[in-house]
Amino acid sequence: MTPQPLQERIAQAAASGRALRLRGGGTKDFYGGEPRGEVLDVRGYRGIMSYEPTELVVTARCGTPLAELEAELAAHGQCLPFEPPHFGEGATFGGCIAAGLAGPRRAAAGALRDFVLGATVIDGRGRLLSFGGQVMKNVAGYDVSRLMAGSLGTLALIAEASVKVLPRPQRELTLRLDLAEAPALEALNAWAGQPLPISASAWEAGMLTLRLSGAESAVRAAAGRLGGTELAAGAAFWDAIREQRAPFFSGEEPLWRLSVSSTATPLALPGRLLVEWGGALRWLKSDAPANAVREAAKRGGGHATLFRGGARSQGVFTSLDAAQLRLHRELKAAFDPAGILNPGRLYPEL
Amino acid sequence: MGEALSLERIDPARQREVARALREFLPERAVLWAEEDTRPYECDGLTAYRKLPMVVALPETEDEVRRVLQTCSRMKVPVVPRGAGTGLSGGALPPGDGVLLSMAKFMRVLRVDAVARVAVVQPGVRNAVISEHAAPLGLYYAPDPSSQIACTIGGNVSENSGGVHCLKYGLTVHNVLRVKGFTIAGEPLELGSEALDSPGYDLLALAIGSEGMLMVVTEVTVKLLPKPQCARVIMASFDDVEKAGEAVAAVIGAGIIPAGLEMMDQPATRAVEQFVGAGYDLDAAAILLCESDGTQEEVDEEVGRMEAVLARAGATRMTVSRDERERLRFWSGRKAAFPAVGRISPDYYCMDGTIPRKRLGEVLRFIAAMEEKYGLRCPNVFHAGDGNLHPLILFDANDAEQLHRTELFAAEVLEKCVEVGGTITGEHGVGVEKINQMCVQFQPQALELFLAVKRAFDAEGLLNPGKAVPTLARCAEYGRMRVHGGRLPHAELPRF
Repeated sequence: MTPQPLQERIAQAAASGRALRLRGGGTKDFYGGEPRGEVLDVRGYRGIMSYEPTELVVTARCGTPLAELEAELAAHGQCLPFEPPHFGEGATFGGCIAAGLAGPRRAAAGALRDFVLGATVIDGRGRLLSFGGQVMKNVAGYDVSRLMAGSLGTLALIAEASVKVLPRPQRELTLRLDLAEAPALEALNAWAGQPLPISASAWEAGMLTLRLSGAESAVRAAAGRLGGTELAAGAAFWDAIREQRAPFFSGEEPLWRLSVSSTATPLALPGRLLVEWGGALRWLKSDAPANAVREAAKRGGGHATLFRGGARSQGVFTSLDAAQLRLHRELKAAFDPAGILNPGRLYPEL
Repeated sequence: MGEALSLERIDPARQREVARALREFLPERAVLWAEEDTRPYECDGLTAYRKLPMVVALPETEDEVRRVLQTCSRMKVPVVPRGAGTGLSGGALPPGDGVLLSMAKFMRVLRVDAVARVAVVQPGVRNAVISEHAAPLGLYYAPDPSSQIACTIGGNVSENSGGVHCLKYGLTVHNVLRVKGFTIAGEPLELGSEALDSPGYDLLALAIGSEGMLMVVTEVTVKLLPKPQCARVIMASFDDVEKAGEAVAAVIGAGIIPAGLEMMDQPATRAVEQFVGAGYDLDAAAILLCESDGTQEEVDEEVGRMEAVLARAGATRMTVSRDERERLRFWSGRKAAFPAVGRISPDYYCMDGTIPRKRLGEVLRFIAAMEEKYGLRCPNVFHAGDGNLHPLILFDANDAEQLHRTELFAAEVLEKCVEVGGTITGEHGVGVEKINQMCVQFQPQALELFLAVKRAFDAEGLLNPGKAVPTLARCAEYGRMRVHGGRLPHAELPRF
């Protein structure tokens, strides 16, 4: 199996100036600017290329189903520490990296980009280029492989990627506590400053749910300290949060994702709220005007994304300042001079 | 190292012109050009390379930094930023025709926030100082390069520095939330924030580890972590270096991520023991330091599991630190490894390759063969958990012929690291030192893309020119040289 056919498709598209829409399972079609261009389906380029549990590294082709990859890791007692959302059965490894999204474990374990060790990509000229590698520490050259995380396929097609994996926690336990929003935020920030094994948090409608992960003894000791009641169906609860199948995510209103400082005070926006990541991620189901949501996120020290629904054509991601926009354009031109890879998916200018 | 001592002359007319332009907004004491003042800046921690800077600028405010950059940009003068000058790859080697921009006066800790668990600091703040400020709040900054009492956070950002705890806690890139600074044109740039992500491309990841070639940083926000309640380290002896390597894989294979996992071979422990008296087992062919941290319960449980795995892997002796004093004593030897080696040899040359751990035995055998081939000794210290090797070649820099042998020795080892699927540098950076080996690690088209990334930030190539990313012409030259010398260790690599 070679990436040659993908390279050829991209080179041809570049020569004729036809936009390409890079696509795996299409589970994240809803995310970012409206996809356009001819579909380049990468699912044929699939499979785990190497996996050495004791090296804590897996390398896989972009079309590898995420579920298949995770099952292989689980068979060796390991996992993708950033707990990526699938958003559907067909989610692929390449799409996962390109979207750059992390799940409930983000605040404790790190972002997807934190675990990217290397990538072999096809740039907008159809050239196959390798960056980074399969080792934990590598500072040779600019960190182009991490730059791919969250670039939504606008710089290059991620043909293969290597990510760091970690052992699955020995023990996990989910707790429920009754707390209003402000005290919940206060408690989450205070706990995060203490050596507690909290690996996920979700607050909604006066109820704070916490997940503890780690050694049996540590999880037990922390559960005793934090109080609350144990939720038996913990794993299912966190799956539903990660995959946005929880009742909170239903309803017709647009879903906003506000990434803010964990210490930001309650945002005082109309609509329903779900807080994750120890306060640093706030999901909002609301018809509030985009400006009001973006302003609130800015006040909270972060940014807002129109995650699902709503008027995508009016901008999904928070706009960049002039200096950053110029750098984004220059980088886009360096990787994809013909501007054919997923145009408009991240910003209309790219 | 071929171009170690540069004899290029500084152009006095240009020097006067640039110094005068900087004096328009910088005080007299902040613009150095007389040789006795600029001499201390002629090199960084890689002392084999020296060059006298044309002018040294020592701004104190962000606005002064902006104006230095604008002035240099306008006058087309190269600029090289510098922190404490502890870098080991010549990344802060001055430009003979440009301005060395010292960030040493940016020494303030601007904010330590116990609730948000962040510290906002200026780039000249030393790594260890951040943890000192955070300690009363029960917090600390995790990356701990061995030079942490001297190296600055600005330099750490520029090199993406690691340390002995990064298997569990990550590198600089995992612990920095935001940087603020300027492009070479003096345009303000703020990347990242106190939120956990930012819109658009991850320019923060690109800037960290860019060896001062993309921007000049004037402020850094770092993540602080709660200090683990307790930590204990196991010192395990092995009668064979490869067995120690296999023990590392066994620990990780058992689902344990130690807070630190370091290896030292016998020549290294013997050098260190004379210097600091860390209590190492000098009869062991290699020792492992394997640390567990967390709550009391967690550590007790994990240390027990680690001991069982290490015993099964053939450890001949194990000592668990009884208290914090003993733990620090065990680590003191590892952290003092470089200066200790400095005492048994006039000079040492530190390599920084990273390899897949499973190839450790092969690489160590290769290094031993190189010791014979070049007639030079080479003790090894090794961030075993993350595969990062620091072989230290002992030599005498006053002997040009030894220096040359050292250089060939190092080049062969680095290229071996690439051959086994690793990298030429895990945490020290490419700088000027490993620039030729970049030609071995990367294809020309990938290098071309690096150069294009550089142009996006710095169209005229004025910021830290000639470092980290070689031109294709340079690689072609290096390729010819290697073929000519008959030392083409792996002909299967793509060439041009």
